[in-house]
This record gives sequence, structure tokens and C-alpha cells, in this order.
Amino acid sequence: MASQEMEQLVRREYKQGFVTDIESDTAPPGLNEDVIRFISAKKEEPQWMLDWRLAAFEQWKTMAEPDWAHVDFPQVDFQAVSYYSAPKSSEDRPKSLDEVDPKLLETYEKLGIPLHERAALAGVAMDMVFDSVSVTTTFKEQLGEAGVIFCSISEAIREYPDLIKQYLGSVVPVADNFYTALNSAVFSDGSFVFVPKGVTCPMELSTYFRINAENTGQFERTLIICEDNAQVSYLEGCTAPMRDENQLHAAVVELVALENADIKYSTVQNWYPGDEEGKGGIYNFVTKRGECRGDNSKISWTQVETGSAVTWKYPSCVLKGKNSVGEFYSVAVTNNMQQADTGTKMIHIGEGSRSTIISKGISAGRSDQSYRGLVKILPGAKGARNFTQCDSLLIGDQCGAHTFPYQEIGNSTAQVEHEATTSKIGEDQLFYCRQRGISEEDAVNMIVNGFCKDVFKELPMEFAVEAEALLNVSLEGAVG
Amino acid sequence: MLEVKDLRVSVEDKEILKGLNLTINPGEVHAIMGPNGAGKSTLSAVIAGRDGYEVTGGSITFEGEDVLDMEIEDRARAGLLLGFQYPVEIPGVKNVYLLKAALNAKREHLGLPEIEAPEFMKLVREKLQFMKMDSSFLHRSVNEGFSGGEKKRNEILQMLILEPKLALLDEIDSGLDIDALKVVSEGVNSLRDAGRSIVMVTHYQRLLDYIVPDHIHVLSDGKIIKSGDKSLALELEKRGYDWVIEEAAQ
Repeated sequence: MASQEMEQLVRREYKQGFVTDIESDTAPPGLNEDVIRFISAKKEEPQWMLDWRLAAFEQWKTMAEPDWAHVDFPQVDFQAVSYYSAPKSSEDRPKSLDEVDPKLLETYEKLGIPLHERAALAGVAMDMVFDSVSVTTTFKEQLGEAGVIFCSISEAIREYPDLIKQYLGSVVPVADNFYTALNSAVFSDGSFVFVPKGVTCPMELSTYFRINAENTGQFERTLIICEDNAQVSYLEGCTAPMRDENQLHAAVVELVALENADIKYSTVQNWYPGDEEGKGGIYNFVTKRGECRGDNSKISWTQVETGSAVTWKYPSCVLKGKNSVGEFYSVAVTNNMQQADTGTKMIHIGEGSRSTIISKGISAGRSDQSYRGLVKILPGAKGARNFTQCDSLLIGDQCGAHTFPYQEIGNSTAQVEHEATTSKIGEDQLFYCRQRGISEEDAVNMIVNGFCKDVFKELPMEFAVEAEALLNVSLEGAVG
Repeated sequence: MLEVKDLRVSVEDKEILKGLNLTINPGEVHAIMGPNGAGKSTLSAVIAGRDGYEVTGGSITFEGEDVLDMEIEDRARAGLLLGFQYPVEIPGVKNVYLLKAALNAKREHLGLPEIEAPEFMKLVREKLQFMKMDSSFLHRSVNEGFSGGEKKRNEILQMLILEPKLALLDEIDSGLDIDALKVVSEGVNSLRDAGRSIVMVTHYQRLLDYIVPDHIHVLSDGKIIKSGDKSLALELEKRGYDWVIEEAAQ
């Protein structure tokens, strides 16, 4: 479609305020106001949301990509990227597992993913996946009874505009960085969670249950709000390998914890890392931040990062409330040509706020990995405490591990501890295990999982088991 | 059971073993002694399959099979187990987990199913008690923060559970106080069996007071230069190694 026609189409439909039937399901490559109008119209958004996006776009145009991370990749041509493509219709998808790439199914098998989930993950048309549909329905009823809102962000924009207006961009400002401005302009979808006062969410919320809102990975936008005395545990991603035709990913996640609220956010990220030469892998530039606004509130990030060609990600906590608690538990694995610059920021504002950082980095192949962490304690954060431990494990002698800890301590009553180790997966450890009859592959898995134990124990049980299996698959062939 | 013939081994182009011969029959306990740098640890490392040693000549067979052609784990599964001089620490991996994985690897090799949890725990408790080890050992990371004595006890505990055909004990007595030495020795003695052979590499006569060998060999400059029965140890204790070396040179 010629761009002129496209423009007309978008304009015309925008005038109508909503779109029911657009011929094209994909925006042409490039980013301009029209594309943003197109996305907003596709999502049937109100005017204020479009204005918000357009303002973000204006800001983005004045910004430059960050270049301080310890990663190296060819410049992204942002005008060559397509910023919207609708979910595939049922006809375009595989009708059953028989039509799915056997290699993908083999990996599901290794990861121990239940049969009925495999179909959904492989993109088999929804009406073929009865189990998931019924699960989702029961699940929604239970949440509704508890008063928890869990829906796509697009739905929330339409149904709960006041909450969105109040909270969206309140933790991660639009112009926080180049990628947040981009995301704010073009975000396609994501999750919205609202847990009202005094409610403990009756189940762990998983993006998996939102499978009908898939293909949102590219510019995902997630917002989770926990009111006073509320609690929620949210699981993002899954261990199954996620392939995507879109190379550029820039998600934004915002968490808000009010008084005594408790948010636990667990991620398993397994985007396509590219081939052994690193070709075709995903660029994952994510901004995740949680704000402990209320006293005694708590936000805990746990992440297992195994995918993507390039990762740039620092889930952070702003500890405003008195005695608020921030936690960051991370396992990052890089193999082959993967690069990751990841870590966290703990910003202590409230008196008596505490934070814990446990980071485990595993590098194999020719990959390169950095931990980058900031602990900032403001003058008002009397008695604040932080404990940081970051350990790196190297497999082979062609990979790299780096640590960039930053500390800014603004008062003398604060206590900050930092421990760091780098070790090579010992020939000695491997020899010892093998000399007990354990195969080399099992020995590597055993040693690596032992190394990550402190983080895995923070994951919800089921996730932890999957994460271990995932680690094993990710490091297949890393030794020997 | 184990037959080492004219074994020549180099490390970084330096020849360490220079035509070593050794025959171990089932049920026998052998001690290999010798001055520092004679090649004692090299011998056990090569038998177990550690990297970094180049075999330039000779052969090692275990129950008729060419050991040098086997992967490290296959040697272990076949029943050839090394007790380490310096057992390595593996953070985050529980002792009990390593034990179970090792035992199941052996059982798989023998065509047996994985051991049932209750049966395994019963076996482990029994052996722990024998080695005078607290059950908390099981839930500590492998060798992490263990004292020298605890590490060596742990090595023997693994032997008791894995029941090798040939136990190769490298300086199992180093770093042990007298109480720990007694416990470790009792463990080793309990392994003695008509079907099982034990080879101890040691510096000290002291160990041989507790574990009495059938045969003693003196290893010097890459070769076994003298073999004898247990009385040889006493003579070495009294007179040192020089006379043996001189005798061999003549």
C-alpha cells in the first residue's frame, strides 16, 4: 500500500474515532505521527491517550540512544522497523501440533511444558486449545470476585481511564530514556493489574493466562498497582523459547506499591538469542521500575534471563515509603554471541528503607555479560541498608564478565555491603563430579544450578523447576 | 583387576612417569610410597582420567578393558573411584544431591532403576553414622566450608555408598588429626573385601599402622623401584628413601 493511501486511510478512520475493519494489519515500516495515530485507532483509544503518545513521540525525536552500556551491536534503523502488526488470525496459524516445527516441540519436551500448554505456546489457533480457554474463564471469575482487575492495557485504557491517567508514566516518566519515550509513543499492548485495598490476589497472575492477547512482545507496556495492604505475585514470560519476527523490543513495566503493599514480579525471559553467530537475535531494551510509595511496602524483582541477542535491562526500586523494602534477584545466562548489560537500581528515599541485590551471571561461549548496579541513598533515608552480592561464573575461556557497581551514599547512618566474586566453572569441579560417575552435561547443570540456588529459591515453585530446566537447555553444548 | 604396563606420562613435555609397572589383584590392598615429586599423584590422576596428562607410552587396563580409552565418568561407573587429596568445593550443590546423582549414574550403568528415596536415605544414614558424621552434612554444599578432616571423611563416605571395585586413595591421610585418621581408616578397612582392591598413595608410614597393606611399592623418579610387604614400610620409616634409590641405581 502506498504511504499516501495509508495516510488517508488512517486519517479517515481516526475521524470516526474507532476502527473495526482495516485492510492492513501491519503498519508500514517507519515512525511518524500517522503510524502512532494508526496504532491508537487500532486500539480504539480515547483522544487523551493519543495525545499522550504523540507528546511522547515529540520527546523521543529530541533524544539519543544510550551508548554507555557494555554492549556492541549494529545501529538500529528506527525508520526500518514496523511498529504495529495485529495478531495472526486463526486461518494463518497452525491448526494442530502436527503443523508446528518439530524442533520447537522438542524444546518444549525438554522443558517439561505440559502438553496442553504446548499448543497454545506454539501459536495454535485459540479455538483449538480448549483447555486454556476454560482455564482462563474460571480464572477471570475468581479474580472478579476478589475485586482484582487483570486485563490488557488496551482494555484498561478504555475501561479504567481514571486509573490509567493517574498511574501511567508516574513511575517511569515518558522521557526517562530513549526507549521509554519510544515505548510510550508506540506501545502495542501489555498487562494491567489493579489490586484494591486489603486484597491478597487469590492466585499468581501469569501472562500465560492472557494468551489471547499475544503478539504484544515488541513494545509491551505493563502497569501493576497494589493499594494499601494489598498483595500480588505476577509472573511474566515463560520458559518456552519465544521467536519473534521483530528484532527490536522495548518494554516498559511500572509497579506501584502503596502502604503495606507487596508486589512480587518474576520474569523468565527466553527470547530468541540468534544463531551461534548471533544473527537474527532479539534486541531487548527494557525499563522496569517499581515505586514503594507507601510505608512498609515491598517490591521484589526476580528474573531469569536466558534469551535475546542483546539485553539492556535494570529492574529498579524507588524506596519512598518509610521502612519500605526493595529486592532484586537475578540469574542471567549468556551463551554463544549473546551480550547482556543488566542489573538494578535501588534508590533509598524513605527512612529505614532496605534493599537486597543478589545477581548471578553465567557466561559461556563467546558471550559477554555485565552487571551494572546503583545503590543510591538520599540524605533523608536515615538508617537505610543495602546488601549486594554479585557473582559471575565463566564457562570456557572465550566469554567475558564485568561488574560495574555504583554507590552514592548521602548519609552516615546508612549501611551498605557489597560482595562480588568471579569464578570459572572449575575443571576441578567437573572432574570431581565426573569421577563420581556423573556425565559432563549433568555435572555442568548441577554446578550451574548450585550457583543460582539463592535466586531460584525466590521464584514461585513451578517457575523454579522450569527455570532450572531452561538453564540446562540454554547451556547445552557450552562445555566440551 | 588393574594392570599398569610400562606407563609413560608427560606433563607439559616433561616426562613424569617413565615406564611404570603395577599389578593389583582383587582383594589386595596396596600402598604406593615415595619421595616428593616421584609421580605418585600423577599416577592416580592418570588412572582416574584427569586432563593435562599426556600418556606417551604403555597401557592401563581395568578388568581387561583399556582404561585410557574410557571417559572419566565411564571409569567411575565401571567401579574405579578416586579419593581426592584436595576434594573440591561446589557451592550450592547439596552433598546429598551429589551422592544420589552419583549412585544413580552407577545404577543406570548396571541396568538398575533409580534408587527409591527411603532406601537411599536409609543407606546414607547408616554410612554417615559409621563415619561419625552428622546428618546435617547432607544438606551442606559439597565440601564447602568443610574442615580438612570433614572433607576426607566425606570422600570415604562416598566410597562406602558407591562401593567401587577399586578405590584409589590419594593422600587420604594428609591434614588429618589422629581422631579423624582413625575414623577414616575404619571406613577404609570396612571397604576391604575379597572382590575389592584398594590403592593408597601416601607419604607417611603412620597411615599404614591403621590400614595394613598387603603390598608396598616405592615410587621414585617415575618408576616403581622396590616392592615388598608391610615390613618395607617400617624400614622406610627408619632409613628413609635414599638407600632404596641407591640400591635401585646399582
